[in-house]
Amino acid sequence: MNGITLTLRVLHHGEKHLARHLVAVAERHRTEHEVHHVATDLAVWSREHVQRLTDTGHHYGVKLGDPPHPSDSGVLATLREKAADAVGRRPEPGLLLLRDLRELHLGATENSLHWEMLAQAAQAAKDDRLLALVSSCHPQTLRQMRWSNTMIKNISAQILTSL
Amino acid sequence: MDASVDRIAQPWGGRTPYGRHEVWPARVDTHLEEGVAPDDVQRWVRAASILHSDGDAMDIAVVDGRMVGVRGRAQDRVNHGRLGPKDLFGWQANASSGRLTRPLVRRGGRLVETDWATAMDRIVSRSRSLLQEKGPGSIGFYTTGQLFLEEYYTLAVLARAGIGTNHLDGNTRLCTSTAAEALKESFGCDGQPGSYDDIDHADAIALFGHNLAETQPVQWMRVLDRLEGADPPRLVCVDPRPTQVARRATVHLAPRGGTNVALLNALLHEIIRTGRVDHAYVEAHTVGFEELEARVAECTPAWAAGICDVPAARIAEAAEILGSADRLLSTVLQGVYQSHQATAAAVQINNIHLIRGMLGRPGAGVLQMNGQPTAQNTRECGANGDLPGFRNWENDQHVADLAKVWNVDPKQIPHYAPPTHAMQMFRYAEQGSIRMLWVSGTNPAVSLPELSRIRSILSQERLFVVVQDLFLTETAQLADVVLPAATWGEKTGTFTNADRTVHLSDKAVDPPGEARPDLDIFLDYARRMDFRDKDGGPLVHWHDPESAFEAWKRCSAGRPCDYTGLTYGKLRGPSGIQWPCNEDAPDGTERLYTDGISWAHPDRCETYGKDLVTGASDSVVEYRSLNPDGKAMIKAAAYLPPHEEPGAEYPFQLTTGRTIYHFHTRTKTGRVPQLNAAAPDVWVEVSVADADERDLNEGDLVEVATPRGALRGRVRVTDIRPGLLFVPFHYGYWDTPGGKGPDGSTPGRAANETTVTDWDPVSKQPLFKTAAAALTLVERGGGRAAPAPTTTASVPSRSGGVTATAGGPSASVAQSDGAPWHGREEGSR
Ligand code: SF4
Repeated sequence: MNGITLTLRVLHHGEKHLARHLVAVAERHRTEHEVHHVATDLAVWSREHVQRLTDTGHHYGVKLGDPPHPSDSGVLATLREKAADAVGRRPEPGLLLLRDLRELHLGATENSLHWEMLAQAAQAAKDDRLLALVSSCHPQTLRQMRWSNTMIKNISAQILTSL
Repeated sequence: MDASVDRIAQPWGGRTPYGRHEVWPARVDTHLEEGVAPDDVQRWVRAASILHSDGDAMDIAVVDGRMVGVRGRAQDRVNHGRLGPKDLFGWQANASSGRLTRPLVRRGGRLVETDWATAMDRIVSRSRSLLQEKGPGSIGFYTTGQLFLEEYYTLAVLARAGIGTNHLDGNTRLCTSTAAEALKESFGCDGQPGSYDDIDHADAIALFGHNLAETQPVQWMRVLDRLEGADPPRLVCVDPRPTQVARRATVHLAPRGGTNVALLNALLHEIIRTGRVDHAYVEAHTVGFEELEARVAECTPAWAAGICDVPAARIAEAAEILGSADRLLSTVLQGVYQSHQATAAAVQINNIHLIRGMLGRPGAGVLQMNGQPTAQNTRECGANGDLPGFRNWENDQHVADLAKVWNVDPKQIPHYAPPTHAMQMFRYAEQGSIRMLWVSGTNPAVSLPELSRIRSILSQERLFVVVQDLFLTETAQLADVVLPAATWGEKTGTFTNADRTVHLSDKAVDPPGEARPDLDIFLDYARRMDFRDKDGGPLVHWHDPESAFEAWKRCSAGRPCDYTGLTYGKLRGPSGIQWPCNEDAPDGTERLYTDGISWAHPDRCETYGKDLVTGASDSVVEYRSLNPDGKAMIKAAAYLPPHEEPGAEYPFQLTTGRTIYHFHTRTKTGRVPQLNAAAPDVWVEVSVADADERDLNEGDLVEVATPRGALRGRVRVTDIRPGLLFVPFHYGYWDTPGGKGPDGSTPGRAANETTVTDWDPVSKQPLFKTAAAALTLVERGGGRAAPAPTTTASVPSRSGGVTATAGGPSASVAQSDGAPWHGREEGSR
């Protein structure tokens, strides 16, 4: 396995993880409506990235899995939603939300760094297929980072000063 | 052309055709109370409409200290003497029984009358203890789109610099925040580029999700008059309902709900493909064209047809009109703003104008409209989630400048995060971090989405709710303190319509009982709270409308919405005046951006922009590198499917909206006999195909349900697009047995029982047009008709059995030709 396939694998794992995490956060914070809806939309991007990484992997003889199904979480999701409703009237979930947003931000940042590495390798290897993949996926990863950052910025003052 | 017209049966009155580039002939509409002749009128007092965003100029007729009617002002450039049905009849609500005349406080669970000192004491002592124990973030203000500029400005100063809270917004969040955001994203700054006079010059008018006929009836009269004159404009209408606009359109597109971005991308694709781009304009005045070109490259009409369910050929026809127009005017409203991807779609409409160079010339304009009459003022004054004077909260220079105007430390003005938007304020209240919410002139218990949630938030024990209004609204019934306010005609102030025209509205009569102007209430609060500037002087140092206006002028100086050239005296002249009005433009400014883009420079812009999908903020560094010279920004956006789509359980799309005979939550219009009779109760519009398939008929009682709640209404079968239901919004409960909400005796009636808590991540405007719903028959109509008008978008598909809407003698309005009126002016008797 060379460095490129290794990075594809790491990214595949990272995007899959982020997609799942975005969906989990969306469910956990269903009463934070903006987070709920936007995180759900952003999970779609990561699932697309996973799919495209899988497809690209074929060309390098790497077998990567398919993206997680959007509603793979079943019973667990229902539980999380119920929990979200139950605590909707309390302030402490604000802290949990900040923690979740921070984790999302770090996850996206990690992916972004791996896209960066892949882009460098693609250029060195003059691999246009890989470069096209990176240039269409990486901007969306950056937007996921900016979103979690913006949300943290917008709500942390209220949450942290009201405890 | 002296005539008497039933203006309920004919909402737009008689025609005065005129040709392109001609002056719209005046027509003076007058309605006086029965038994009052024009000669009996003792005083005519200058005012303008606050029942819509046109700001139609009018005079209030007064006899013995009582309002007895209204008359349009022929000299005013906005309406040339015309009035819409709501203005002609709406003034009667002021005198209706049920006006609040004394403050109320909650004692032992009930609201009881009290005096002003007691009521204000309660508010002040709660404010003080919250400030001390929990800090300024525990207090929020939620205001309206119907106060006056002086009142918003005073509120903004006392909230932002007095309390020091970030939580101040207007219900204009439901109405106009996408308009503001779209202008900021494209031009770096808020401010309507065009003018209503563009209607006189355009050869193509495109109405995007804008039922102009019902929301701005006077400007629709203008369009109708053009359609009957020489060289009429071609109309493009995008609306899923068979509105009067759709019926007169050259091309009508009725897309599936939530697909505006797909449709607009296809229109842009066609305009670019057919080579209709004004490359010289794009080169000189914009950045970002290449990205748009790439983004829409695949967005063919056939692609969009699959998403929007409109024929590809119609999309191509519409694009042909937009692409070949010599002067194109576009107008935009709630069909875009309250729908999925609101800002992204509104920005694509700006893009059409930018790539075609259709700005800054007579007839070439964009009207990103307001639904609320004084929404523009909440935006300017910073009462709606911006800093006053279109200052950028992320630009320290701008904050320092504002701090200088107010003579406070910049730290006293919260600017660590964007001002909190209304939906987030309610979330904070739900969570318990906001403990006091002061609601002025708005009725969230009817107008916000998912009403059962809103009612439960407002009824919380730990939340102290202050409501300041004219009537005991659904929201006021849940309050801890209720303050009786004066309204239009009972107080003096200025306000600004959707095309930046400032009008002065004078006090004509006294308010009832102890009701007070909103300005007096805010001034009283500021005095009792003893807010100080940094030298120990009073922070709010004005004392009446005119001194408040003068204070605002200082705050607006040098800003895009510069009022420094205006005075109350000047506003008592012949007509309203458009800002900016200053030394350089003493008569006001008809159109912005006549010489390129003026406010988008990184040092001057109101915002550094946001991601159109996620709402994430861009940084100043990104803004500078993207747009170093301050040009207009062409921002592309990809289509995203709506968050709630119909399925097996909820097979319909549900949309909601206003109609011509009622205004927000019907607090006033529901108390006006002519308006109430024309549309007395909620109804449900169903397409012919869906009605046939489910064996539903006119007048059948049905239930419309979503995962949030349900309402009941009678069926009106119309030519609405199949698969879509329409329910008029804001029928509430004050005129039902339930009083403030549904209960055992009152089924759900408000459209917002059903709507989803979701908002556009960019403008934070709630989505009222994209719910999935189920429809079930409750009871056969047995020959009854739905309480829906026949004159509007709800015109029945088959008219059999439905009586035509009419107002009878009490709705009779005199229409006279526009010769300047020679009568007694204000104060002459
Ligand atoms: S459009 Fe509005 S401002 Fe104009 S007449 Fe109507 S209700 Fe009035």
